[in-house]
Amino acid sequence: MKNELTIAMPKGRILKEALGLLHNAGIDVPTHIADSRKLTVKLPVEGLSFFLAKPTDVPTYVEYGVADLGIVGKDVLLEEGRDVYELLDLQISPCRISIAALPDWQPVLHPRVATKYPRLTERYFRGLGQQVEVIRLNGSVELAPLIGLADRIVDVVSTGQTLKENGLVELKQITSVTARLIANRGSYRMKRNAIGILEEKLALAVGKRKVLQ
Amino acid sequence: MDQRRFEKPAGFRDYPPPLAEKKRALEEKIRKAFCRWGYQEVLTPTLEYFETVGEASVIEEKRIFKLIDREGKTLALRPDQTAPIARVVSTSLGDAPLPLRLFYQTNVFRAQEERMGRDAEFFQSGVELIGEPTPEGDAEVIALAVEVLQICKIPSFRLVVGHVGLLHDLLQETVGESQMIQKLKQALRERDNVGYRQLVQEAKLSTNHRAFLLSLLSPKEQFSLLEGIQDKFHSSEIEQSVAYLRALWEALQDYGVSNNVTFDPLLTGSLSYYTGVYFEGYANALGFPLLSGGRYDRLMERFGRSAGATGFAIKIDRLMEVCLHIPCKTRRIAILFSQKKRKEAITKAMRLRKQGLAVVLQPIDRRNKLSEVWKSSFTQWIELREEEGDEK
Repeated sequence: MKNELTIAMPKGRILKEALGLLHNAGIDVPTHIADSRKLTVKLPVEGLSFFLAKPTDVPTYVEYGVADLGIVGKDVLLEEGRDVYELLDLQISPCRISIAALPDWQPVLHPRVATKYPRLTERYFRGLGQQVEVIRLNGSVELAPLIGLADRIVDVVSTGQTLKENGLVELKQITSVTARLIANRGSYRMKRNAIGILEEKLALAVGKRKVLQ
Repeated sequence: MDQRRFEKPAGFRDYPPPLAEKKRALEEKIRKAFCRWGYQEVLTPTLEYFETVGEASVIEEKRIFKLIDREGKTLALRPDQTAPIARVVSTSLGDAPLPLRLFYQTNVFRAQEERMGRDAEFFQSGVELIGEPTPEGDAEVIALAVEVLQICKIPSFRLVVGHVGLLHDLLQETVGESQMIQKLKQALRERDNVGYRQLVQEAKLSTNHRAFLLSLLSPKEQFSLLEGIQDKFHSSEIEQSVAYLRALWEALQDYGVSNNVTFDPLLTGSLSYYTGVYFEGYANALGFPLLSGGRYDRLMERFGRSAGATGFAIKIDRLMEVCLHIPCKTRRIAILFSQKKRKEAITKAMRLRKQGLAVVLQPIDRRNKLSEVWKSSFTQWIELREEEGDEK
């Protein structure tokens, strides 16, 4: 079918809210997508098909066109730098990317910053004209200052609870982050109408949600 | 064994026979189409001086492969073909009267920083129409692009046309402030519709203008949009660009290709090289653009011969991905012969080759057995050996 759309959905944090938003937009994705092992769900009537992916892979699937659309956090987009259309701010899963450190942090001679976002971090510090050694970690980033691996971290902060529990303080916010609807370049051109209709539905749902809050 | 000895530099690839054959077949189809439209082939060197061609190129400097020659001058592996052709048109072809219709089929080189495994060498087929600064010129190359995609049997494709000048004038007329215009253009170049929308909301704009700029994001990609634009604005620049695009649209209708072309006022090329019409071609089930092109009226003057020019380049590797057409296989025949039968084998081979068949002459002897797999790669094989042979 010509105008069938395939949508890559991120596992984890954003998924539940994204499904809620789709529901409000009149698109009911069975919630078992979240906990079943089945990775794809088809909605033939709507001409939509969903699959689950690791959040950092969503922009890749979309850039290569195996998914026409994707839902993914702005943090991942900034880090991955994939060539995709960023269509809509879904305004869900808000958080921020911040620099954090121990409360008594002082500038050091050889600054080291641990993060899951090495490219974003490097770009940020380079933009400030500062040279820092960026250490890429895949998890438990908060641990790095405590055990002396790095003097600062760059990480996602939503409530600040994790930082607090680890005795870290937020030094500076780099950027704020929400989930975005993204589109493949080819799909954006070849399936522009179908994408437009879905985008409009979601935009209305985002608007309604805003009024309720 | 040290595997690295056999590695290729990142981004460079081999084309084994079936792929090489498909590539050639496609390029041949395209070449014939270009020739039918009266375009003539030019060849330019693989290496150019960086300061001559590299800097005039549409490609960012960090993506150009550079070398140093014996005199310490910086050379560049050609990152595109348009700038070298502009150089040729103002030097070797300096006296050739315009308009010139030229084409090329060549490889271009672009260093990939970010992703391993992405191509650094691309094969492109393209045309340049130099000295035709009219909508007719743009219509001609767009119609030719459509024809090429049709003869390559691309099942479903679309060309999207924008106009770099019109976009600038629209932003100038509504937003006005140059810093904001730059930001908006940047957002569009990065395909960041969210950023564009946010900037439009932030900018000091009348309600009408804000609504207008936001409406451009909607998927109504039609040339009829132009009427709405003309009614709203009365700047002479905008009127000119709108008239230009309308003339283009009418010409495309006469070419019979308007069904394959849509208009998106927010489409922009990646760099400041394009001056007017800009277009990209897409196919179903292909995530990346298949071709791109547009008008570059300022490039020629960098080489000392002012002339309006337009053109496009097709990415052959992308085309190979979506092109379902498989070149008709030439029949390959193997004649296996023992030494005594050589003359007979050669005569037979020559006769078959004259008929247009591909014939392999393969000597055999008792020690040197050919595998069945080798034999099965031929449509037919003929064995010529001595009669008294004690084995079959």
